Amino acid sequence: MRGDIFARKKMNAFVFLGVLILVTLVAIVMTEYNVAKGFTSIPKAVHWGFSNFYPNGESFRKLPDIMMKLKETVLVSIAATSAGAVFALVFAIFGAHTTRFNAVLGGISRGIATVFRNIDVAAWALILLFSFGQNVMTGYFALFFGSFGYLTRAFIETIDEVSGGSVEALRATGAGYFHIVFQSVIPSSIPQMISWILFMIETNIRQATLVGILTGTGIGFAFNLYYKSMNYHTASLVVVAIVIAILFIEYISNYVRRAIL
Amino acid sequence: MKTLLELRQVSKHYGQETAALSDVSFNVKEGEFVSIIGPSGAGKSTLLRCINRIVDASGGEIFFNDENVLKLDKAQLKRVRRTIGMIFQHYNLVNRLSVIENVLHGRLGYKSTLAGMLGLYSEEEKQQAVKMLNILGLQEHTYRRADQLSGGQKQRVGIARALVQKPKMLLCDEPIASLDPNAAKTIMDYLKTISATMGITVLVNLHQVDVALRYSDRIIGVNKGKVVYDGSPKEMSSSMIHKIYGSEAGELIFDHGGQNAG
Ligand SMILES: Nc1ncnc2c1ncn2[C@@H]1O[C@H](COP(=O)(O)OP(=O)(O)OP(=O)(O)O)[C@@H](O)[C@H]1O
Ligand SMILES: [Mg+2]
Repeated sequence: MRGDIFARKKMNAFVFLGVLILVTLVAIVMTEYNVAKGFTSIPKAVHWGFSNFYPNGESFRKLPDIMMKLKETVLVSIAATSAGAVFALVFAIFGAHTTRFNAVLGGISRGIATVFRNIDVAAWALILLFSFGQNVMTGYFALFFGSFGYLTRAFIETIDEVSGGSVEALRATGAGYFHIVFQSVIPSSIPQMISWILFMIETNIRQATLVGILTGTGIGFAFNLYYKSMNYHTASLVVVAIVIAILFIEYISNYVRRAIL
Repeated sequence: MKTLLELRQVSKHYGQETAALSDVSFNVKEGEFVSIIGPSGAGKSTLLRCINRIVDASGGEIFFNDENVLKLDKAQLKRVRRTIGMIFQHYNLVNRLSVIENVLHGRLGYKSTLAGMLGLYSEEEKQQAVKMLNILGLQEHTYRRADQLSGGQKQRVGIARALVQKPKMLLCDEPIASLDPNAAKTIMDYLKTISATMGITVLVNLHQVDVALRYSDRIIGVNKGKVVYDGSPKEMSSSMIHKIYGSEAGELIFDHGGQNAG
């Protein structure tokens, strides 16, 4: 019996690998993708990048403008993430095994979060374009929905992982539902939750750039504008600014993580 | 002495097949120190959890302090739970909170929703918590974070949390299973003292037969969800231990700690 499990696992791995190779081959044939050409074009792309895609003196005159757009994007990302986190906390408490009222409500809560999580932020942006148009609100809500779905899932796992024992202990003392949530579940899971929120902010700044291209706002719009007008030097400065911003946020969040854990 | 706890033909099934408890009946008197022993999977943890309804029994009746526990509504159940302290193998503290906050959690059953949520305790409650920490020799750890304590210290915090409930009874689910022999002895001594000086009934699940024999007024042996022994430790015989644990395991236990069993 026991040998069976390992044999079956090995079998599964082989089948998975086979299917993967098959899918790749089918995809290559169907899209008429030329593998050799794909690889040989990489050096060309690199060459182009080095000869055109770098900031020059001229482009730095646009820096204040870029910084303003960048600030807007960062702030929208943070705002959307925080709002998403508040809703995610409520849904996670309803959806987590240890804190749910009952299985039905828990299932509904998880279901809603799953829907939001599985629609990509870019897809949300396109959907919301219809209701809000090319507007900051579109980007904000797209990021908000994405963060909400993702964080709900992360928070549910945090709650179930972190607070099992003490929840049982408090229940045994005669504590009520809200006592347990506020005295045990939240204190136990807060460091991990903050860690998830920081991670989400980082992700959202990256996503916001893409969403900005779609919605014509923020740093993504700036990039798109310079790129389309073939001002590659300024466009590359935008990229550098985004990278620096992300590194900076990452540095801050690592610092915060160390401080709270 | 008055009977504090009475179980009548209590049974518990998990799902369709697993019968964790079947027809469990026994009484516990006020102030008694009772140990429940039995092999792994016998249903000891399930039994303790049915008493304060952390697990809902499938059948039978449980009377605690003349109330039918299985018939209580939500509010009544909370009122009964706060008079029953519970102690766990893995301590089940909120690790990120301070020792004193963990102890004060024992008061939550007495608090309004808002006061409990916000952790607003009265001066008297705080003094009560400090007093319990003193009794358990934890005064210098009062404001430390719970996860900085050793296992034995954590378990004493667990006991303090149970004691500020002003309980009539303590349910202890393998309180010493994760501790070294010295810490284990300290914990068992505290439980015994508490039982003797405060008149609190103690019901404790144990894996160590010798410890059970040394500390208990009475032993309940459980095997496969059934009570197979209910009597004083003095009358516990080697053949009885074999019966509770199954013969091979019984051999092993008897070699080590069976001397007291005579
Ligand atoms: N939540 C659960 N769902 C399904 N079955 C369970 C559950 N909890 C316990 N059981 C089963 O009920 C039986 C009794 O378990 P219980 O934990 O009460 O035993 P125990 O005597 O405390 O064992 P141990 O000494 O190992 O702690 C076991 O067969 C166990 O598999
Ligand atoms: Mg157990």
